[in-house]
Amino acid sequence: MQCGGFRISYRGDERIFDTAVPIVGIVLVLAVLAVVPYHATTYWLDVMNRIGIAIIGAIGLNILVGYTGQISIGHAAFLAVGAYATAILEINAGLPFYLAIPLAALITAGFGLIFGIPSLRLKGLYLAIATLAAHFIATYGIIHWERLTNGVLGLMVPTATVFGIPLDSDARVFYLIFALVIPATFFAKNLFRTRVGRAFIAIRDRDVAAGVMGVSLYRYKLLAFVISSAYAGVAGGLMAHHSRIIFPDAFSLLVAIDYLAMIIIGGLGSILGCIFGAIFMTLLPEVLKLGATSLTGVYPNAFGVIASARDIVFGFAVIFFLMYEPLGLARIWVRIRSYWKLWPYAY
Amino acid sequence: MGEHVVFMLQLIITGIAVGGVYSLMALGFVLIFKASAVVNFGPGELVLFGAYVSWATILPMKLPLYVALPITLGVAILLGLVIERGVLRPLIGEPIISVIMVTFGVASVIRGVLNMTWGSDTRPFPVLFSQEPFHLGPVPVSPVHLWSFVGVLVLLAGFSIFFKYSLTGMAMRATADNQQVAQSLGVSVKRVFALSWCVATVVSTLGGIILGSVRGGVDFSLADLGLKVFPVVILGGLDSVAGAIIGGVLIGVLENLSGGYLDPVLGGGVKEVAPFVVLVIILMLRPYGLFGKVEIERV
Repeated sequence: MQCGGFRISYRGDERIFDTAVPIVGIVLVLAVLAVVPYHATTYWLDVMNRIGIAIIGAIGLNILVGYTGQISIGHAAFLAVGAYATAILEINAGLPFYLAIPLAALITAGFGLIFGIPSLRLKGLYLAIATLAAHFIATYGIIHWERLTNGVLGLMVPTATVFGIPLDSDARVFYLIFALVIPATFFAKNLFRTRVGRAFIAIRDRDVAAGVMGVSLYRYKLLAFVISSAYAGVAGGLMAHHSRIIFPDAFSLLVAIDYLAMIIIGGLGSILGCIFGAIFMTLLPEVLKLGATSLTGVYPNAFGVIASARDIVFGFAVIFFLMYEPLGLARIWVRIRSYWKLWPYAY
Repeated sequence: MGEHVVFMLQLIITGIAVGGVYSLMALGFVLIFKASAVVNFGPGELVLFGAYVSWATILPMKLPLYVALPITLGVAILLGLVIERGVLRPLIGEPIISVIMVTFGVASVIRGVLNMTWGSDTRPFPVLFSQEPFHLGPVPVSPVHLWSFVGVLVLLAGFSIFFKYSLTGMAMRATADNQQVAQSLGVSVKRVFALSWCVATVVSTLGGIILGSVRGGVDFSLADLGLKVFPVVILGGLDSVAGAIIGGVLIGVLENLSGGYLDPVLGGGVKEVAPFVVLVIILMLRPYGLFGKVEIERV
């Protein structure tokens, strides 16, 4: 029985999983995910799809903000570029989605490269303000490049087909989304065991020290933007296929703030945290809706105040986590886990 | 005078009037930043709060203006205290991302509470000034714009006197200048932090009242205007009060001119995006703005 974290070899230190328990857990989760579409209602499938998309987007943002320390308020713009690139490639160029989404990821990565240029000169607060401005400029571009984006009216996205099977139901889109969530998660988890990932963390912890150690700030900061926006591109492409219609309002500044809240509530610098945060932020409005439904008997106006209740609960959740649990849900999870790991011999 | 010149003058005058309100918002933003190095990412919600509370006290409660205004300002001061004491003080010394996000959180709560209390319909704002335009030379000017600009000037003059001569104002300047020295001279830095938030909520509230009467109604799109604070403070310099005031007017004029001249060419919406383009250019060329302290760290 294990009663502490002992590492006696470098191999052991580099391992992702200390024990067999998390592997069993992951296999169980995957097994449940595989059968979910046969049992869940359309409503819950839709929620799960949105969670899946949010996980990919949140991992992308966390790589940039949580691991590399480059604050970005422009994530919604990345998602928008991914979604529009996917839609335009499929509509105008007639590409199938399995080419359109990777291409969209590449386009978004290129866009992220441009977005990241200010980070070479600015950091912290100034970078945050620069990305905020970039968000508005990108949104302006999307709204006014009407020939491609159809302006505020938005675009209808054609149904994707795989081997002749149209992905026209939530259950089928579910498999598409989770077929991408799983590799995206594992790629990110492994990224931080490589030179690149370590360089990101070094830049976050002390950029000058990282530079002195031979980490090229220029290269790795831009690389962080590229990887992060490629994730956002995939998430945006999936959004296009999930909601079938995309319009500029779906990528407002509030979306960027939601994603930032996801990684803060979930846990900055934690892949597991992205998953928790995505689940939390997606379920929050749904739980409020369920609450409102049960309250309509007592208080008929309950549905009318959902939007504002969401804002209030969201705001307080962010404030609460920042004040009392800055490392987020992932930290709570680690505490619970280590309690059980050492039980009954804690201390 | 040619039609062109009149058109341009009109754009400039409207721009100055709107820019005055930006100056007010930027003043609140800069004060908070100078005193406590906190960046408020929800300046629009403070403006919204002021506009809604003043609307509520004047119209539904039917209070006369001289009663409604002090009540509104009192509520604004209370809000400033609650935000500073409750949320930002515990986060002193935390990473920038935490402080940024917490101000987003506060803004979200304010928006939610306002929405829950008064709903999201546009509320007609009481008409404080006559709508009849008068002529300043050949240029028609609406009294609302003139009065809002006069109001802003009076407020800014009042705040300058407050900062220059009152003991509290001097304490605030001292803290902004050097926190440790101020503290060792007996200035209560905690009080200054709280005060700077109160001043910020008060000026934002006044900005909200002015914007409400300029537009003739309040709704949630007012909050989007608050984000114009960022181009203003970056142009003027993040820690410069004078920069905030001049930057506000400059950005107001700039967005109006760009809207007036480029909208027909580029097809609308230039007004909203031009300030942010300027922001990026300034950040790349001169990140400390026109009057800010040159201490930005390059990496």
